[in-house]
Amino acid sequence: MSRQLFARTPGLKDTVTTYCSGCGHGVAHRLLAEAIEESGARERTVAVAPVGCAVYGYDYWNFDTTEAAHGRTPAVAAAIKRVLPDRLVISYQGDGDLASIGLAEIMHAANRGDRITVIFINNTNYGMTGGQMAPTTLAGQVTTTTPLGRDSATTGQPLKVAELLATLPGVKYAARGALHKPGLVRKAKSLIQKALAVQEAGLGFSVVELVSLCPTNWGLTTLQSVELVEKQIVPVFPLGVFKDESGAKAE
Amino acid sequence: MFRVKVDPRRCKSCELCLAVCPKKIMVITHERNEHGFHVAACRDERECTGCLACALVCPDVAIEIFEDKD
Amino acid sequence: MSAPMFMKGNEAMAEAAIRADCRFYFGYPITPQNEVPAYMSRRMPEAGGTFLQAESELAAINMVFGAAVAGARAMTSSSSPGISLKQEGISYMAACELPGVIANIMRGGPGLGNISPSQSDYFQATRGGGHGDYRLIVLAPHTVTELAELTMDAFDLADYYRNPVMILGDGLLGQMMEKVEFPEPEARRRTGLLRGRPLPPKDWALTGAQGRPPRLIRSLLMQPGVLEQHNFHLAEKYARIERDEPLAEVIGCEDADVVLAGFGTSARVAKQAREMLRARGIKAGLFRPITLWPFPYAQLAAIARTTRRFLVVEMNLGQMIEDVQLAVARERSLKDATIALLPRPGGGVPVPEEIVDKTLEVLR
Repeated sequence: MSRQLFARTPGLKDTVTTYCSGCGHGVAHRLLAEAIEESGARERTVAVAPVGCAVYGYDYWNFDTTEAAHGRTPAVAAAIKRVLPDRLVISYQGDGDLASIGLAEIMHAANRGDRITVIFINNTNYGMTGGQMAPTTLAGQVTTTTPLGRDSATTGQPLKVAELLATLPGVKYAARGALHKPGLVRKAKSLIQKALAVQEAGLGFSVVELVSLCPTNWGLTTLQSVELVEKQIVPVFPLGVFKDESGAKAE
Repeated sequence: MFRVKVDPRRCKSCELCLAVCPKKIMVITHERNEHGFHVAACRDERECTGCLACALVCPDVAIEIFEDKD
Repeated sequence: MSAPMFMKGNEAMAEAAIRADCRFYFGYPITPQNEVPAYMSRRMPEAGGTFLQAESELAAINMVFGAAVAGARAMTSSSSPGISLKQEGISYMAACELPGVIANIMRGGPGLGNISPSQSDYFQATRGGGHGDYRLIVLAPHTVTELAELTMDAFDLADYYRNPVMILGDGLLGQMMEKVEFPEPEARRRTGLLRGRPLPPKDWALTGAQGRPPRLIRSLLMQPGVLEQHNFHLAEKYARIERDEPLAEVIGCEDADVVLAGFGTSARVAKQAREMLRARGIKAGLFRPITLWPFPYAQLAAIARTTRRFLVVEMNLGQMIEDVQLAVARERSLKDATIALLPRPGGGVPVPEEIVDKTLEVLR
């Protein structure tokens, strides 16, 4: 007698991704798809894909998706949610999309308490375009636009999105997880499930920031990347739940 | 008895499964897939405890785990 | 028709949108169109719709994009500098073939300019404005009633062609108060620019993949040749629009020695100038395009068969004049024609007397 302990979720299409070897997007897509599928919401889900590596998210996840102009993902998601308030609306974004060009859109969607769930992939650089500095780049980190390492005196310190958004009353759930170890992967899934539940209960805005590997642009092997995350990235971007008002009643 | 089934089409040889396996039974084989990646595999399923660590970290959902009971 | 009302242009436009079943408005304050978001903030909720003051004009157009993606009739409005901000979003809407209405109540430019009426965004509206090969249907009303009518038409055409539509007004039209009668929407679908054609179902909208495969709305087409094909597909749609939609008002051109050409407010002033000229025995005609894109080249070319003198009156440095030249060139060599310009840029508004004077100059 045989049973399957780990199976591929129908929330994802049966296809090979074009993401790099070791890329965090693959894990994030899977956790999001599993959480949506397991809560029975897949056929009610509308996702907004960013400009960035995950622009191709719709090739992999199995729900209605639209692209958005760079950074405008939360604005597009906010409008979709207003037209279809009973759908599950996801805004999936990377460092540039959310924290740079889209900073106004994310802050205002969060401040309005738009009932959307944002999945924010933080890999401290702009992946799709070849590894430029992002607002989340660490001080001293070498990127293609900081060849001598990020100089905080002129370009600032890394931006901590989950903490920033948690300060806004419209945000009911803000957490940061990571994807490079099995325990953290399980935890990240529960963060996503919590965030989706906040949306489904109509409480407000929810965001899960996920620290992800980017071996290609970090110029490291996958295993070296894991070490970098543990030794240098997590100390700057601590994992945890920064706000959880999911116990609150809907406003 | 557990079975660790790696889809060679999906594996990108990132070695995360090797790093997280508590029994150190995941290896990179000499088998290359159509994309040129050397495919991972479980070298001895008898040692597998069914912890699912490899499947959880795999970015390409390449790994399925089965349990066979007598 | 509704009972006649006395309304400000901006408010009449907003009211017309709601009567056309627009239930989503996203906007941002900028003079001289602030009455639009203000009116919408009150009327939209009354009509069961959603008003949202977005954080910027940029966010607003992307919200229109999102509402359109979900299958709704949505609108945004702004004035010149704010419309510049919307260009990226408009390009995306055109690329994804999404319906939506964008109103530009033009003000003086370039830059921050001033808050006086102008027509200096004609190129921006008709030549793309945003990046890439695309077109907007551009409608240019010249009275508050026409503004209301064309606003209703705009939603129908946007849905019919799956394309964004722009209403090009100016601060004078937006601010003036006039008698306006709103057509019954169903009647307008027959008598207006839609001309009774049935609207296609929105079977492409993202509503959640219930009992069907997931749908995708996107404009990134990386595979070799695919984007080129998509562009040709858009071109085919634009060719149909150019064939079926050009519209102009033509007054007294059959025997004209000179034809005044203008759109919107400048055409309204030119109408009066034409009458003054006729009263003096001068055979003056008026050509007023109502669709700026597609420009009514054929109608103007027909006039150029018998008339070779034109005076283009525009509240800019000369933009529509290029389309006038293109039209006239279909019928005669431009060397045999006089196409003069009366430009009033930067917030200037012509008066009939100066048009009359300039016309007399052209006729000398």
